[in-house]
Amino acid sequence: MNSRSQFGLTGRAGRFSMDAVNPREIARQLAFTRRDFLRSAAGVALGSTLLHSPIALAGAAMKKRKVVVITFGGGARDQETFAPEGQENIPHLMREMIPQSTFFTQVVNRGILGHYVATASLATGAYETFNNFAAVSPEHPTVFEYFRKDLHRPASDAWVIAPSNGFNRIGESSSRSYGPGLGARVILPKHLLTAATGGSGGKDYEHLLRDNYETPFYTPELSGNEFELQQLAMMLKLSVDDFKAHALTLSSPDELSVYIARQLMRQVAPSLLWITMHDIDIAHAGAYSLYIDGIKRTDRLCAELWKTIQTEPEYAGNTTLFVLPDFGRDSDEDSGGNGFQHHRTGDALSRTTWLMAMGAGVREGIVYDRPTESTDLVPTLGSMMGFSAALAQGKPIPELL
Amino acid sequence: MLPADLKPDKFNGYPPEARKLATNYIAALQRLPLSFLPSLLREVIEYDFKFPVERKAVERELANLASLSPEQTKEWFQGFSQIRLSTQLENADWVNAPAQYVEQFSAYLWSTHQQDAFRAAAVGYAERLHAVAPPEPPPMPRLGITVVGQGVETYDAPLFRKLRAHGVYFNHVNPENGLQFLLDGVAARAQAHPAPYAHWYIDGGQETRYDPALTCVSYHALEPARAALSAKMRAEIERPGMGPEALRSLMARMRPEDLGLNAMPGKTSDPIMERFQLKVLTEGSGTQIFATTFAQWTAREALRRAQPLTLLVRFAPRQRQKPMNEMISDSTRPVELDPVGSLVDGDFGAYYNWLNQQRLPGAEQSRFLVWFEGHIEAVAIGPSWPRGTQSNAAADMKQLLS
Repeated sequence: MNSRSQFGLTGRAGRFSMDAVNPREIARQLAFTRRDFLRSAAGVALGSTLLHSPIALAGAAMKKRKVVVITFGGGARDQETFAPEGQENIPHLMREMIPQSTFFTQVVNRGILGHYVATASLATGAYETFNNFAAVSPEHPTVFEYFRKDLHRPASDAWVIAPSNGFNRIGESSSRSYGPGLGARVILPKHLLTAATGGSGGKDYEHLLRDNYETPFYTPELSGNEFELQQLAMMLKLSVDDFKAHALTLSSPDELSVYIARQLMRQVAPSLLWITMHDIDIAHAGAYSLYIDGIKRTDRLCAELWKTIQTEPEYAGNTTLFVLPDFGRDSDEDSGGNGFQHHRTGDALSRTTWLMAMGAGVREGIVYDRPTESTDLVPTLGSMMGFSAALAQGKPIPELL
Repeated sequence: MLPADLKPDKFNGYPPEARKLATNYIAALQRLPLSFLPSLLREVIEYDFKFPVERKAVERELANLASLSPEQTKEWFQGFSQIRLSTQLENADWVNAPAQYVEQFSAYLWSTHQQDAFRAAAVGYAERLHAVAPPEPPPMPRLGITVVGQGVETYDAPLFRKLRAHGVYFNHVNPENGLQFLLDGVAARAQAHPAPYAHWYIDGGQETRYDPALTCVSYHALEPARAALSAKMRAEIERPGMGPEALRSLMARMRPEDLGLNAMPGKTSDPIMERFQLKVLTEGSGTQIFATTFAQWTAREALRRAQPLTLLVRFAPRQRQKPMNEMISDSTRPVELDPVGSLVDGDFGAYYNWLNQQRLPGAEQSRFLVWFEGHIEAVAIGPSWPRGTQSNAAADMKQLLS
């Protein structure tokens, strides 16, 4: 074994150039390529930093403003999405959503590339450094706490729908100034399902409700409880039988999450709703076709949520939607990884992702390729909604303000 | 403990050959920074179970380190020396458990935002080492063959899209006796250039009859080991306090005999292959669940580690991912296969097989063939095949392998 493989770096110089060492340059090139794909395929225009969003003019309507954030756990690479050969997998994003959006092609995640810790970093606007697999609260205040404390909003106005057992602490930080009692309500749809089915289902049921693709053998404990059944009945106005019957028609955990999201939007109409999807992360199992299926499904589900936003009276016309992956996946060229399967190399492709904003106050059909960071999301939401993300590390994105 | 404190008796827990190697080079090891040394020891401690090519690489690297003057060592490891370490890491047992240490160290690098600095140091080191101690070229041009699509009757979407640009796409291949011809061709190479672990046959399903000169790994043959692993994991997961990291550590400590790999029916004992198969199952994500993942990952590891001269990989159908309605309504159905999904998996897996082969010495002369089993489509890549072309002419396997 040569020394490169010792570090997971088995690439030969030459054919697999070590120019890839400069991650900033790779990220920049990736952003330009992504921009060009979008300009040619989705007909969007290159934005200038002088362009500002019309949201500043909409101050009077700020009180009714709602924000929905969709994050993907794991993300997908350009060759399976925005590149010409990948566009067939994301028809809804390409044809329906991106033309209506302001799109940022270079969103860099400089943090830890594990899903819970990275999603927590997105939600706090600060790079969290806790153990990805530990059931802990984020250290920095979450966007939900800023939102609720500054704007005096009730708990019912901020919700998280999360895919995994480990995400149950994401709604509230351990920060002394914020923390207990100021966070979001968190729904774990698979917990609801487990509760609704009485925890039965046998080995297959447990295996297929597995929600952490990063660890193939680890099946976190999924136990439903009384509180979750109460959520079903009181908040979502769903009977256990109706919920179970509908679940039978769904094909994936993310479909279940979107079903719950729509129910929540209809019944509770929170002003800040955060949905984390996870189906794409089946890629960790190494089956390329299932990874592609996950991308196609996520594309469809994003469009369904956008449609719901446009048709639900509480959301139509006053809602801004943000869509972004928590990070990317390893490139084929980095021999330290295994291509699409994981996000372990920390290479530029796995760190450089994108952000799409659309709806109220957002210009349509604009693409920006300047670098932003994934921690910029929360301060941007703060500027949009009127709260201060005081302890966030990121900065508001001026093109959205 | 720091590297400078290393003594020969610290390696008493190493297997015999590894112990000898480490003590022979202890002076060189003592000069290395702690941000580097455990990753080298992770290779050294496995020396007894390494393939011949890997052994040579470790020996070459140690010899080079021993040849460096103190000033040169300082210069070579400047990047590593700038990595900040925690006291906890310094106190860890990095000599006897270097793999576990590297895992903790990796998490530490991420959490302290030093991953990029480490990466740059590692790449720099690899470049230097490659320059002063380049790997040996293969004694004959490598040949990689990947067979995909077993069990698929018809498939209309374009295949081999990633590979076509690199060779000739054939669409009138005679499929008759194709697999047997390929196996015979691989066997002939093994007979003509015999060397340990140089000619491989990996099957994602049940292996077909093969020449004993080939090193064979199959998903089917490992079924008892996979079942044993699943049972152990289920038992561990149910224990209180068990989490992903504890589970990983547990798997890292497993030995071939824990999964019955040392007593497989009809197999002669081979500690190197037993260890290899153990690692495929315990380190490869999804290799225990999906036959296609198993085939791709096994091929990746074989290429990375054994650097075979010949590698035939045959993908077989994996089990279907069950939708949620089936999970809820029926948990007792027999395993259902997904041949078309597996073809897509295999198609991309073939691309990865080619990429991984091209990372090895002698890539310029290497040849590669991917074939849709039982069908007329194939792509042949090699120095004699024009890139990005298509042949509509009738062709047989002999021509494709020529």
